[in-house]
Amino acid sequence: MRDQGAGSPVIEARGLELTFQTSDGPVHALKNVNLLIGKGEFVSFIGPSGCGKTTFLRAIAALEHPTAGVLTVNGMTPEEARKSRAYGYVFQAAGLYPWRTIAGNIRLPLEIMGFSRDEQERRVRDVLQLVDLEGFGKKYPWQLSGGMQQRASIARALAFDAEILLMDEPFGALDEIVRDRLNEELLKLWNRTGKTIGFVTHSIPEAVYLSTKIVVMSPRPGRITDVIDSPLPKERPLDIRDSREFIEIAHRVREGLRAGHSYDE
Amino acid sequence: MKSVLPILTVVAVIVALWYAAAVWMNAQWVYDQAARADTEVTLAEVIPQTLAQERPVLPAPHQVAAELWKSVVGQKVTSKRSLIYHGWITLSATLLGFAIGTGLGILLAVGIIHNRAMDLSVMPWAIASQTIPILAIAPMIIVVMNSVGLSGLLPKAVISAYLSFFPVVVGMVKGLRSPDAMQLDLLRTYNASRGETFWKLRLPASMPYLFASLKVGVAASLVGAIVGELPTGAVAGLGARLLSGSYYGQTVQIWAALFAAAIAAAALVGIIGAIQRVTLRRMGMAR
Repeated sequence: MRDQGAGSPVIEARGLELTFQTSDGPVHALKNVNLLIGKGEFVSFIGPSGCGKTTFLRAIAALEHPTAGVLTVNGMTPEEARKSRAYGYVFQAAGLYPWRTIAGNIRLPLEIMGFSRDEQERRVRDVLQLVDLEGFGKKYPWQLSGGMQQRASIARALAFDAEILLMDEPFGALDEIVRDRLNEELLKLWNRTGKTIGFVTHSIPEAVYLSTKIVVMSPRPGRITDVIDSPLPKERPLDIRDSREFIEIAHRVREGLRAGHSYDE
Repeated sequence: MKSVLPILTVVAVIVALWYAAAVWMNAQWVYDQAARADTEVTLAEVIPQTLAQERPVLPAPHQVAAELWKSVVGQKVTSKRSLIYHGWITLSATLLGFAIGTGLGILLAVGIIHNRAMDLSVMPWAIASQTIPILAIAPMIIVVMNSVGLSGLLPKAVISAYLSFFPVVVGMVKGLRSPDAMQLDLLRTYNASRGETFWKLRLPASMPYLFASLKVGVAASLVGAIVGELPTGAVAGLGARLLSGSYYGQTVQIWAALFAAAIAAAALVGIIGAIQRVTLRRMGMAR
């Protein structure tokens, strides 16, 4: 099993621990997590709820603070990386501002980061094209379907061109047909932009279809049980899901989940 | 326009009940008069008399309407008998008080959101301030401000602000806190400052809450301005009309002033509703 990614490490975790203090006592959200993510990799985190996959992604984004161990993003602490705006984050819900148009929503991070007016317009146009939403810039979020709203939120995360894209179950609330199409588009987008993507999911086919590396996690305490480097080619049509390799990887993911007692309940 | 029929039905029922109540409550006076004059009156004679008394216990709707018409249209607006004149005096105090109250309310809410000490300390005081009967505190405000040389419009506006800041504080605190954790996290990932979070997220998100509070606040402002006119000794304003009406038993005048106040309050709430619709539509939040 290779631990080293394709390029130089962008995200590195060594002996990472994160414990929440609750009224019922400490909860070990992450225990002894070791992981290297290389530049340009597409890494999925999969596991049942409570396995710490979202917590890990939030720790990378400096939205949670590890209690022990080392975590670096672009060679910096997550806090420094956040301040240098090293990543774009896509949440489970699109979370677009209802009082801003789609273009206005995408402009939000650009305004905060102080891009010039012309640059804002140019970037909004570019990312709208990238997520296939040309002509929708002047619409308000409620005029768009759920899938289109989520695409707009991805455009918002891409607008300031951060090297890393962190996605927390971005398609979890969408139906399977829309989800398949967005998965396909996301792969194309990743191919075109060469970004490093961290992707949290609880769907095995989604994880296998998208990833170059699949991180299988288990709960109580949240930990990594398996890291699978996918042998699938970079070009992945949807029907690759019927291939033997795909089914073998999916099987191995399931085995990893079982080994972590993820199916016990 | 489907709603017109139910509304008219309710109005008709209220007017009918009102007439019935007027006949019933004013009849005693007619019977007393008849007994004094040693004459007998039949019911058919009683009813028209109950609806046309000069100082009825309960004036009939058409008497109130006639008095309203006479004192709004039939007088010069500068006349002391004009309800427009008195209404404007009350309204100007209401609007000034509403502006002060709204400004104060928003400032307090912003402070409560951003400062932990204010968060823990201001709200209990704001709630306590509203448990004090306004009738008890209004004369003291007038007296205290008068002793430092402030009289006329400002003391009334202060009482009016005292009533109207509270709904604005409560609504704005709720509105400014309405963005959920995810939206706040999103701005954190952009490394946005507190100021940017306020202007780009909290303030726009609070607009629907603000307008709901303003509607309550403006009605409270009007009540405050009227109450503020009572202890000044009935010089001018709708409160003064109410007070002088009760001195001289002019029930028709009292009811006319009450209706003028109600109409003014409805108009103010209506204006805020219109501003709300325009604002939210321009923000893209109305569908």
